[in-house]
Order: sequence, then structure tokens, then C-alpha cells
Amino acid sequence: MLISEQKPFEEILDYVTKDRVIFLIGCKGCADGCESGGERQVLEIKKRLEEEGKAISGFSLIDMVCNEALTRMKLAAYAEAIESADSVLVMTCGAGIQTVASSTHKVIHPGCNTISSGHAEWKQAERCMECGDCVLEFTGGICPIARCAKGLLNGPCGGSQGGKCEISPNLPCAWQLIIERHSKIGSLHMLEEIILPKNWDPSLKDGSPTQRG
Amino acid sequence: MKAGSNLEKVLEGGYFAVTAEVGPPKGTSTAVIQRKGELLKFYCDAMNVTDNQTAIVRMSSWSGCILLKEMGIDPVMQMVVRDRNRIAIQSDILGAAALGIRNVLCLSGDHQRFGNHPTAKGVYDIDSIQLVQTLKTMRDEKKFLCGEGISGEVQLFIGAVENPFADPFEYRVMRLAKKVRAGADFIQTQAVFDVGKFTKWMEMVRDQGLDKQVHILAGVIPIKSVGMARYLRDNVSGISVPDEIVIRMEEARDVKEEGVKIALEIIDQLKEIDGVHGIHIMAVAWEDIVPVIVERAGLLSRPIL
Ligand code: SF4
Ligand code: SF4
Repeated sequence: MLISEQKPFEEILDYVTKDRVIFLIGCKGCADGCESGGERQVLEIKKRLEEEGKAISGFSLIDMVCNEALTRMKLAAYAEAIESADSVLVMTCGAGIQTVASSTHKVIHPGCNTISSGHAEWKQAERCMECGDCVLEFTGGICPIARCAKGLLNGPCGGSQGGKCEISPNLPCAWQLIIERHSKIGSLHMLEEIILPKNWDPSLKDGSPTQRG
Repeated sequence: MKAGSNLEKVLEGGYFAVTAEVGPPKGTSTAVIQRKGELLKFYCDAMNVTDNQTAIVRMSSWSGCILLKEMGIDPVMQMVVRDRNRIAIQSDILGAAALGIRNVLCLSGDHQRFGNHPTAKGVYDIDSIQLVQTLKTMRDEKKFLCGEGISGEVQLFIGAVENPFADPFEYRVMRLAKKVRAGADFIQTQAVFDVGKFTKWMEMVRDQGLDKQVHILAGVIPIKSVGMARYLRDNVSGISVPDEIVIRMEEARDVKEEGVKIALEIIDQLKEIDGVHGIHIMAVAWEDIVPVIVERAGLLSRPIL
């Protein structure tokens, strides 16, 4: 199971500053189990965002957001509500957020931080390394921690060529994908900001071991 | 003056700068560095000492810099983020500044998989842009990344690299702008072989006014052999060598002389491009040729400031 926790509400609010209408996505899988993005949490966020003057064009709870085929199918039923929204807030693990990003041309915002996969094997293209301080907000819904060979937050490095990473002709350059995605959804300007050094502490891999739960 | 290094004086004085690269030995011989220093001393304004280039372990950049400094040469300490976290980086910078190293070049570094320890753990705690920003904060605000104060001056002339030949091409200038905003004082570019593409990139740089905010030194690699020309074209990611150059090398009677001629032609064109403030010569395993190139390019003698 992927363990995730909700981002602080202030952070989420910061992400959606410019958005008037928002569509919400929750997950009936792990995020429900972790109480970070199940039905109750989605309804709770809906209420809080509405209190802040935001309109919610709809929400969808999907069994396993990380399953791309399933997510695409489910979201097709909400095409209109998603289209009318300025952005989509995804209350799932990093893998789920990236699945949504690759299923819609809308701006997506991460609602959760992913802390641990419980050592699940993650074979999908959209991967998450459970860094615990999700940056998908700034990188167009594509993870530079898991997918860039150097984990760069302000990429790409000088080795990116023809869409491929310098370490292998079989590996797409994550930063090429990030730039393409930002260009496509008209948010390339977001990359003008310098992303500051990351807080690695919540990451079980690189930070210190912590007792959880 | 931010650091008062020779390189800074030359660039701020409006001279066309020449820097050269010194690769440290895979061992403990100080003589290797000293010999290269002696050879190049009067032919450039500063010398870069590489930092475990292509992820192959060599003598550290800072120790090479100290050896050059003792010879009266202005060193540029290269620093990659592949091998150090933010604690080690800031500590090394304090040491370098204390010992009088005034120029630092910030790089991501080639991935460890390319080197002689491919199973090493890459650090990449911060990236190269964040490194530039960290050095600027240390110098201008006398603060560490964490916000705590630093005692004493941290005099640094901050450099970064850019590769106009990497992809996505249109984004490279935006990334350069980011490096300038982060605090880069000078830029050394990847080696230029495709002058047309470089010229186009410089146009975009000028359109954004970046040439007025940062000193750009264009990279030059003299090609020594046909094999090297092919290798650079086919195997080095981020370098683009037009076929035409490889063919010239293949057909040349005096291959080395052809390599020098090609380098000189490229330098001639670079000198004419608005906003290019110098060249950075990376004569990998062919340092002896640098004096010849600098002299024949009409770049002697170097200013004494
Ligand atoms: S930034 Fe990447 S690794 Fe970190 S939580 Fe988000 S998807 Fe996972
Ligand atoms: S080529 Fe792209 S994916 Fe590979 S290390 Fe560089 S920025 Fe990251």
C-alpha cells in the first residue's frame, strides 16, 4: 500500500490561488485507507475550498487512480465538469497524481505527499519515490525525483538530447517531458521560478529513519 | 568587484577573455598540474580545474586550484553537485574562499554511470541552479542555506555552464536566464562546433538582454585526431559536431594541423558574435596545443591587470 498524507490546507490553497473552478479527484484505494484522499477527505476539502470562495465543478472517486486505463475511463464520464474547471486537485499518491496528469490537459495540483510505498513494486510509467514533499505542482504533474536520473528540480541538465536522458537512449528525459507538458497546457512560465532546495527529511530513503503511525 | 579575481578583472575591463582547462591526475603527482600550469600560464587569464570529470576519480579540484594559485595563476574551481550534499558543498566553499580561490564554476556533473565507479550513489541533494543561488547567498548575505550567518568574507566570482546544443533548444535560453537570476556572473558554454546553431542561441540570449547581465565564454575543443572527431560526434551526449568537420579531418593530410585550423576558424567566428566575451579552451589531453592556438588566434598577449 502507498502511504500518503494530505498536504497542509494552506499549501493547497496557495496552489489554487488563481483558479476559480476546481475539479476534485480522490482514490478508493490506498488514499482512502490512509485517510488522505478517500470520500470523506474529498468532501471535506470540497467544503473548505467552497468556504474560501472556490467553485467545485465536480468530483470523482476512482477505485485505483494509479490504474491509467481505469482512470481515463472514469474521467471520460466527467469530461464536461473537468473541462469547465481551471484545474484538477488530485488527492492521491504521487503515482495517482501523475496518472491524472497524463490523462488530462488540465493543470493538476497535488493534494497529498507520498511517504512510503510499503515496498510495493511500481511498474507504471508514472512513478513516485515517496519523497514526502511532493513537487508535482511545479513540474506539470511529472515527477523529477523519480524520473530524472539526477533528480533535478531545475532541469534539464546539459545531457538532454533528442528527448532522451544522457544515461540511456531508452530513457526519456523527464525534463523534456515536463517542458512539453507545461508548453501544452500553457504554464511554461511556471518554470521561470527557481525551485528551492528540497526538504529530503520526510523521505524514508534519503532522510533519517522515523517511527510512523 | 565581487571577488577581485583576475578573470573578473579581465571581463569587467571589457577584454576578450581566454580560459583553459586543466584535468588533474588520477594520482598524487603535483607535477602534472604544475607542468600544465607552467605551459599555459601566459596564454590564458584563468585556468579551470575539473571536478572528477565524466565521473572518473581524480585529484580534487580544490587541491589543483591551490597548486595553480601558488604559481600565481588564477584558478577556477569546478564543483559538481553529483558528489556532495549541501553540507559538504558549503564547507568546501568556505575552505576554498579561505585559501584564496576566487572563481567557482557550478555544474550538475556527468552521471556517475559514465565513470569508473558506476555503482556509486549519486548525491544530487541540490541542483546546479540551486548551487549558484547558494553561493550568491553565501557571498552577498553572508548566510548559509539554512539562514545562519557566516563569519568572514566569501569572495566569489560565480560561474555556471550552459549547453546551447542540448534539448529542448528553445528552453535553453530560459534556463540560462534562470541561472543569471540565481546569481551567475559568468557562463562557460559547451564546446561550439556548430557555429550556426550557437549564433542562433546567442541571438535569443541578446533578445532577452542576458548578454548585458552575464559574461559568456564560448567553449572550444581542438580536435586532435579523426577518431576523436568521430567520438565527439557519436558518443558524447550534449555535443554536436557537424559531419562536415569529421569529413575535413578524415581527408586532411596533416590531421593535427587541420584540427588547429578548425579551432581557429571557430574562434574567429566566435569573436565576431555580439555578447561573446571570451573563449574557454578545453584541450583534453592536448594541452600543448593551447599556446599555439591562442597565439595564432591573435589573442596574445594577455592583459596584466
Ligand atoms: S515529488 Fe515525486 S517522489 Fe515526491 S511525492 Fe511527488 S510524485 Fe512522489
Ligand atoms: S537528461 Fe534529463 S532526465 Fe536525464 S539527468 Fe538530465 S535532466 Fe534528468
